Amino acid sequence: MYRYDDFDRQLVLERTEQFREQVKRRLAGDITEEQFRPLRLMNGVYLQLHAYMLRVAVPYGTLRADQLRQLGMIARKYDKGYGHFTTRQNIQYNWPKLDEIPDALLDLAKVEMHAIQTSGNCIRNTTTDQYAGAAADEIEDPRPYCELIRQWSTFHPEFTYLPRKFKIAVTGSPNDRAAVKVHDIGLRMHQNDAGETGFEVMVGGGLGRTPFVGKTIREFIGKNDLFSYLEAILRVYNRFGRRDNKYKARIKILVHEEGIDKIRELVEEEWAQIKDGSLRVDDAEIAHYIEQFAPPAFEALSDDDADFERHKAENRRFANWVRSNVIEHKQPGYAIANVSLKPIGGIPGDATDSQMELVADLSEKYSFGDVRVTHEQNLVLPHVKKADLFAVWSELDKAELGTANLGYVTDIISCPGLDYCALATARSIPLSQRISERFGDLDRQHDIGELKIKISGCINACGHHHVGHIGILGLDKRGKEFYQITLGGDASEDAAIGKIAGAGFSEAEVVDAIESLVTKYIDIRESGERFIDTYRRVGMDPFKEVLYGDR
Amino acid sequence: MAIVKNDSVIEQEWITVDAEGDLPSSDENLIVPLARFKEERDVLLGRNGGLGVQLNPGDAPEDLADDLDRLSIITVNFPAYTDGRGYSYGRVLRERMGFTGELRAVGDVLRDQILYMHRCGFDSYDLQVEGDVALNKVRAALKEMSVYYQPTGDGRVTAQSLRERRRAVLQS
Repeated sequence: MYRYDDFDRQLVLERTEQFREQVKRRLAGDITEEQFRPLRLMNGVYLQLHAYMLRVAVPYGTLRADQLRQLGMIARKYDKGYGHFTTRQNIQYNWPKLDEIPDALLDLAKVEMHAIQTSGNCIRNTTTDQYAGAAADEIEDPRPYCELIRQWSTFHPEFTYLPRKFKIAVTGSPNDRAAVKVHDIGLRMHQNDAGETGFEVMVGGGLGRTPFVGKTIREFIGKNDLFSYLEAILRVYNRFGRRDNKYKARIKILVHEEGIDKIRELVEEEWAQIKDGSLRVDDAEIAHYIEQFAPPAFEALSDDDADFERHKAENRRFANWVRSNVIEHKQPGYAIANVSLKPIGGIPGDATDSQMELVADLSEKYSFGDVRVTHEQNLVLPHVKKADLFAVWSELDKAELGTANLGYVTDIISCPGLDYCALATARSIPLSQRISERFGDLDRQHDIGELKIKISGCINACGHHHVGHIGILGLDKRGKEFYQITLGGDASEDAAIGKIAGAGFSEAEVVDAIESLVTKYIDIRESGERFIDTYRRVGMDPFKEVLYGDR
Repeated sequence: MAIVKNDSVIEQEWITVDAEGDLPSSDENLIVPLARFKEERDVLLGRNGGLGVQLNPGDAPEDLADDLDRLSIITVNFPAYTDGRGYSYGRVLRERMGFTGELRAVGDVLRDQILYMHRCGFDSYDLQVEGDVALNKVRAALKEMSVYYQPTGDGRVTAQSLRERRRAVLQS
């Protein structure tokens, strides 16, 4: 895993001091709230409904044990004892006090963490596959490139006041677990005809009120040229992106209005002028970063473990957890263990201080001190010996972290909604809790199989409802919350934006509506079909009929 | 109200004119908006006084390619500090087009953006505060950070090149 050197450390400390100074100037009235706003946002500090909120960056979703432990400590010291993991692989604290935030940032800096650029109209935290470096289907670990992107984008002097926020996601695997097609820039590693590994570059994807699947601007860019190419895209966006309307300011609108061919022409023209410049990264430098993400010291093991098999045979709950939450590892004898932050009836993505500390301890003991945060708001222990899985699960289970529901109907993505957020038009968390309770029975969930429900509390779509197999959008109609259902969305390599099924449902009706969709799917599915497969085969009509009948 | 350049407060020696209206006498130093420069180029270049051009958001610095050596100053207007187009104009002018005259940020120029402007090639700042206050703001802003990741044309050494140097020393 990447360790800061003295340059990285110095930069974060200087930033912390800079923000302390800015807070001081704000509290003294030397700068207005309006002038302070972009400064606090650039340091991850939002003003929410009830309090300030601090969003801490987890670069490419990778945490060391000591970092996660510190996140737990911060939850206890500066918040009410919990934190919320987000769809951007970050963590949010909902109740910090403004005058204490500089101290919280200093505590973060002690473990090489920060809240830099987790908000504001700048390049945000780069996200990637949570199984990077562990997945069996991976072409190459994307994290060295993510770290290079992190450095390139941190305090980029030219791109700190962009038309709007800018999100980059990278996948090193053909099976896209990082939703790269719904990011401003999506990068997919693949090999060209010459056998070199590089990136397909997609641009203009995004959710929000105008969702788009990203379009390919370049089939292949070599690793050495990636950074100059990113700079060319950003420069074109900074110069030509719309600034007259904040809802039309994302690069997806520029791509949509000008057309991908025109944008490609501008980017290629710009790139031609900078590609041989100082942003070209040579192989030796890349090798240096690859080395920092070198695989841990795996033991040479047989892929079969008798004790593991015995525990599965003897303990049905453990076997269920293995079936849903444990994923194949590239190294024989090892497995990827997903830690669900979606207990039945719980708040999606929330973790308490002691839960964070427990996962940190387990990672140290069983996973080389490596923990990941997923964009689906769960945690991962990426490198666990199969022989240790039972011990890991037993500890997780005691701490209510052993729910066997990864990818199932209760593994819901939800934004904070009207319980916290100043932008929300409806509550998301209570609805996700009620859906979770309705489908809580594990046998039923396993029978339903993979089904991704995603809930947003307003059209800004932080809960990714557009790409939910079933998406739910909370709106406000004359002072009453109601919920619009979309079907057929997908965040994977087969990315698709869901279609609105019809009129919205009241808070009282919506859970029944979801259940009727699931029942219909069970009735008509063919063998091996997931909900999304059935939807693709039969289309909207059969589902619409169960929702609305003759209505 | 105060212009800071090269660690000191300097006099305003330029008259900025609008897109239309009469030009001052031929001896005055003039800054004209790009659109007007393009329209009245020959007249403007024939005057006795110094000449500068102001870029507004949406302008293309490339339009000045043939005339850069005739311009003593280019001002880039930031009508609101949130409009970051001027940062790209600065880098294009300095790093691509090789402009060596004064590059001045005008408009909503605030302390917390000055370091970024400097990194993008600006060397003077027109601040809406009085002399010493302006000077202190610029001084504080420019020394707030000492580590830089991006290679830009400002000549600051990047973390990456320092790392390479260190590795080279260790290997020798």
